[in-house]
Amino acid sequence: MTANNPLLKVNNAGIRFGGLKAVSDVNLELKQGELVGLIGPNGAGKTTFFNLLTGVYVPTEGSIELDGDKLNGLAPYKITKKGISRTFQNIRLFNELSVLDNVKVAYHSLAKHSIMSSIFRLPKHFSEEKYMEEKAIEFLKIFNLDNVLHEKAKNLPYGQQRRLEIARALAANPKLLLLDEPAAGMNPQETEELMNLIALIRKKFDLTILLIEHDMLLVMGVCERIYVLDHGQLIADGTPEQIRNNPKVIEAYLGEEVS
Amino acid sequence: MEFLQQLVNGVSLGSIYALIALGYTMVYGIVKLINFAHGDVFMVGAFIGFYSITILDLGFFPSLLISMVTCAILGVLIERIAYKPLRNATRIAALITAIGVSLLIEYGMIYVRGAQPEAYPGNLIPATSIDFLGVKVSSQSLLILGTSLVLMILLQFIVHKTKIGKAMRAVSHDMDAARLMGINVNNTISATFAIGSALAGAAGVAFGMYYTKIEPLMGIIPGLKAFVAAVLGGIGIIPGAMVGGLLLGVIESLVSAAGFSLWRDGVAFVVLILILIFRPAGLFGKNVREKV
Amino acid sequence: MNILKGAKGFWSSIVLAVVFGIVMQFLITGEIINFFYVNTLYFIGINIILAASLHLIIGITGQFSIGHAGFLAVGAYASAIITMKLELPFSLGLLAGGVAAAIAGLIIGIPTLRLKGDYLAIATLGFGEIVRIIFLNIEYVGGASGMTVTQLTTWPWLFGSILLTLLVIRNFTNSTHGRACISVRENEIAADAMGINTTYYKVIAFAIGAFFAGVAGALYAHNFFIIQPTNFGFLKSFDILIFVVLGGLGSLSGAVLSAILLTIVSTYLQSYPELRMIIYSLVLIIMMLYRPQGIMGTRELTSFFKFGKSGKGGVNDDSKQPVA
Repeated sequence: MTANNPLLKVNNAGIRFGGLKAVSDVNLELKQGELVGLIGPNGAGKTTFFNLLTGVYVPTEGSIELDGDKLNGLAPYKITKKGISRTFQNIRLFNELSVLDNVKVAYHSLAKHSIMSSIFRLPKHFSEEKYMEEKAIEFLKIFNLDNVLHEKAKNLPYGQQRRLEIARALAANPKLLLLDEPAAGMNPQETEELMNLIALIRKKFDLTILLIEHDMLLVMGVCERIYVLDHGQLIADGTPEQIRNNPKVIEAYLGEEVS
Repeated sequence: MEFLQQLVNGVSLGSIYALIALGYTMVYGIVKLINFAHGDVFMVGAFIGFYSITILDLGFFPSLLISMVTCAILGVLIERIAYKPLRNATRIAALITAIGVSLLIEYGMIYVRGAQPEAYPGNLIPATSIDFLGVKVSSQSLLILGTSLVLMILLQFIVHKTKIGKAMRAVSHDMDAARLMGINVNNTISATFAIGSALAGAAGVAFGMYYTKIEPLMGIIPGLKAFVAAVLGGIGIIPGAMVGGLLLGVIESLVSAAGFSLWRDGVAFVVLILILIFRPAGLFGKNVREKV
Repeated sequence: MNILKGAKGFWSSIVLAVVFGIVMQFLITGEIINFFYVNTLYFIGINIILAASLHLIIGITGQFSIGHAGFLAVGAYASAIITMKLELPFSLGLLAGGVAAAIAGLIIGIPTLRLKGDYLAIATLGFGEIVRIIFLNIEYVGGASGMTVTQLTTWPWLFGSILLTLLVIRNFTNSTHGRACISVRENEIAADAMGINTTYYKVIAFAIGAFFAGVAGALYAHNFFIIQPTNFGFLKSFDILIFVVLGGLGSLSGAVLSAILLTIVSTYLQSYPELRMIIYSLVLIIMMLYRPQGIMGTRELTSFFKFGKSGKGGVNDDSKQPVA
């Protein structure tokens, strides 16, 4: 990929549910390695936009390209394989599975053994499963989750669940990571740890990150650029400084708290 | 003329399906539960009607009324004892419980009175028939059709013009918001079960009149078909259940008329699978998505 | 190390099972256990296969299918046609039963598995009924009066089928493919977002489950002298469902245990069929009210023995061994 081409290119994308335009005319570009925030008042369409990017919803207008590949209309799992991975606003872990297995599920596309080789326990099954397991354990060390490998995901404290969800998303080996309100429900100390973690993984995995966040401190603190969505349309973009002083943004947030 | 005749038969049968389907759809609309036991409430209604006609020596309308009241009570009991504790449980747990309740009523009935069928007395109303454009419409058919129509109009009135109807609509729309608005959710759900079960009871008596033979496992197939009717119309939508029931009755009669009477029971399920695949929200429904 | 250990545990459990099978064979041929018990044993065996096959669909993949008797019927009739009409060997009948049911599983699974929860349940129930009505209307297989079938089910065939069923389902579950299925059960949207082709795995689980239900159907048909459409009604589907629910959704050993337990109970209640159904239904209701996760929850028998001794297999028992 050349330095000039954006990693993610969204052209006039939008979706309507019946007559209602939930998101429309969104134009957005992310360069390789950027950390960009997406903010907006409640109901502005931020999560809907994530759902468009990840294929949960199919855009009714416009196009979405990752690395020059068109993503419109692809099933979510195919988009994940192309290199977009995400976390969810309301944590969606595989609750009954262990921490380790949660990550292994994300490694599923790496596995080269067929169903038949698993059923008949051919050597390939053992070697591949072992490879996945070791890789997952190594990986979880980065997130300080290697001491709870065999704990069921549902039994983890809230902060660790958030961390595991990010770890799992990263294990799918994305070029672009989408974080949907990663700091929701966290106390200031946990939020700070989270900010450090985001900075760390970004460097370590050479990632591009787009994050939705309500915590302005976090957004302004870590993001290089910010897009503002209101009533399903982008109303502003720019550096944190520019956004802070943008009259349109202030208007959109009027009545909402800007902390 | 054969075609018209079958159409008339289909409408009579369909109105019975519609009465049962209403209970399914109302309950599903409000607690999102497929009340498998509903077909068995219908069966109990048929037996209550039978006993009040033969043992208490009552006429059609008093028997109908007794059957409806008893079924209403039964419906509320089922809801309070089996379903209410599960309101926050998984859908699968609720569905399994409903299946359990259904089996319990069926085999409880067999245990109490045996599995032998009973024959509804045929002399309850004068057995005349009206010739209309060469189509024979029996007095039974007319009575069933009339009763169903009156009950459906009554239901529309209750749902749209009374306070409890308003509460039912509110709870089915958003249970938590309704609770915050001071609506007694538990009573509203009970009322829904009571009304739905009363309609099933009426359907039971009508079924007995029409087919004359009743037995403890009679609720299974009509119950399933009524559920199909509810899905066909769009589950949770009251006019949908009425139309779905009538439509299913007509389709079945036409299939019989075309000489495939052995396949009649299968048709409903084919309709079900087709509608689920191509229009899962039903004829009257809107598609809704899971929130991500 | 891990590879060797896993493989060793796997083979030793098979050897143990085979020894058990041979001992049983001697007990049966030596007429040490009487006919009544042998008959019950066959019943249990067929029900174990049915329970395990439905467990894969409901317990592991979370697809609430309540028309399992439909697959049983397809397997029973397909195998009976092979052995009775075409006069081919029983082994082919078994295979044909499984394959026919798996194909039925694909035909019904591909369109309906897009549906969720209640709707899927009702669609599968409808499918079960359609199958029954189809056989009712085919004169070739005897219509309502059914089809007479020679008794060909023997202990080695039955035991081999049980072993194969349990091994395949356990091995499938304890692999990345099984984890993919579990992730669908746990959270379909997240599974999709993690790159799992959810439709594919739902259909696969459905087809494998249907295959073994078909094998059970073949064993069933060749054990009862006659098969009729009424044997495969919707109460039969509920019988199988009860095994899985009672044992614990997600636990293979739970499903097997409750299949054994309930078959024994219902054998003793044979002369009081309505009492049996009343007890069944009460157990179901009370279970859902007080212990909705079933007897075992998602745990496996092996998790009670630390040294992972046997082959029944849990979700995690391979991966829980420490990495050397």
